[in-house]
Amino acid sequence: MTIHFVVHDEGDSVGVVVVEGLKASNRINGWIMDQDKMIEFDAKSDIPIGHKLAIKPIKAGEAIIKYGVDIGKAVSDIQPGEHLHVHNVKTKRW
Amino acid sequence: MDLKGSSFEGWRREDGRMGVRNHVIILPVDDLSNAAAEAVANNIKGAMAIPHAYGRLQFGADLDLHFRTLIGTGCNPNVAAVIVIGIEPGWTGKIVEGIAKSGKPVEGFAIEQNGDINTIANASRAAYKMVKHASRLKKSKAPLVDLWVSTKCGESDTTSGLASCPTVGNAFDKLWENGHTLVFGETTELTGGEHLVKARCKTPEIADKFQAMFDRYQRVVETNKTNDLSESQPTKGNIEGGLTTIEEKALGNIQKIGKKCTVDGVLDKAERPDGPGLWFMDSSSAAAEMVTLCAASGYAVHFFPTGQGNVIGNPILPVIKITANPRTQRTMGEHIDVDVTGLLQKRMNMDDAGEALLDCMLRTADGELTAAELLGHREFSLTRLYESA
Repeated sequence: MTIHFVVHDEGDSVGVVVVEGLKASNRINGWIMDQDKMIEFDAKSDIPIGHKLAIKPIKAGEAIIKYGVDIGKAVSDIQPGEHLHVHNVKTKRW
Repeated sequence: MDLKGSSFEGWRREDGRMGVRNHVIILPVDDLSNAAAEAVANNIKGAMAIPHAYGRLQFGADLDLHFRTLIGTGCNPNVAAVIVIGIEPGWTGKIVEGIAKSGKPVEGFAIEQNGDINTIANASRAAYKMVKHASRLKKSKAPLVDLWVSTKCGESDTTSGLASCPTVGNAFDKLWENGHTLVFGETTELTGGEHLVKARCKTPEIADKFQAMFDRYQRVVETNKTNDLSESQPTKGNIEGGLTTIEEKALGNIQKIGKKCTVDGVLDKAERPDGPGLWFMDSSSAAAEMVTLCAASGYAVHFFPTGQGNVIGNPILPVIKITANPRTQRTMGEHIDVDVTGLLQKRMNMDDAGEALLDCMLRTADGELTAAELLGHREFSLTRLYESA
């Protein structure tokens, strides 16, 4: 079974796509590393390898959690399965 | 791998350190002396010039760092002997004197009042003898713990934090328990995860020193930035690879120090550690600058996780590259020494990946060339603190 995306920890709000050419609406397999669990998900965007998808609904201004740690804030609302990157998330530092 | 029972074959230097390469280097003091250094290396096969861009009108702490980096490079145990060439004899002599303390053969040549042609002739005769000498040196067996290992990642992406950096972390935990001398750094690349590194410091004194180094570097960013550093830190390549913020990049970077290691001390740039353990070096996150500083601190092998495919090497420090990104492995496989793409499809576990890296480290220490060595990557980049006078 191909793993399409990987999540560090089940508390995280994002996963990382680990296959090339992922298209929207595929039924995709996710592996939560720390808890060693598999989940299924729908991708709502085409997402390049290495880029993230939201796995929870995120409101503008909310923190993005990855590795169980705050990695920045959403600048617009993000739906589960959507591409999450520099267009909708910014650093809280600098 | 049974690290305690393992050994490697390298060169025992005059100061007791073990090297895994046997280079004779032609080291320019300054930018003006690059042409002569390269001519000497062209004359004498087996000698290697290490040209660079700096060394004139530097002063204060920046000049101290320049000297420390060049002297440290000459003292590195992967170097058998050194020819130093400078435009004038004063600073040339300082570098010769610094390297001579290691006990290895070193000779200096100044260009003023000689000209390039005579300098090249004289330095070539000396290099001829040094290469002859180096080629006669015999390898000897040493316990693996005599191998100093540095790490720094580059062109990171999200696969670095998921897999290639934790692979280094797995290997570092094992090496640390075996009593090796290790180093990591990249001060601004801890931003957002600095509290995690601080919490790993062995004593409150070390934690305070680490925090002071971190805060100083943040002030450099705050003072000089014109935006939020997007496209610099994270780099354009990082962003292409899916990293969104510096915090996310930092958390991936920190995976390299594993789960068990404590941070046992801090180093200034190019400073040599005075005992075993994991050291933090206050340093740039630019790949060639940081790896050059590791070489100048005396490290003999380097672990370099990459996501998007940084192609870096170093003239004297073998750089072992690790990737977990299947696209990078497919399109740039000739740059990669350890393929850990299997981690992301559960075809490999983290312990297997750490062992694969340690196996590669041992082969490299025994003389197997790295991808960067085979492809001729010899990036030597001096860190500058501020403008010349």
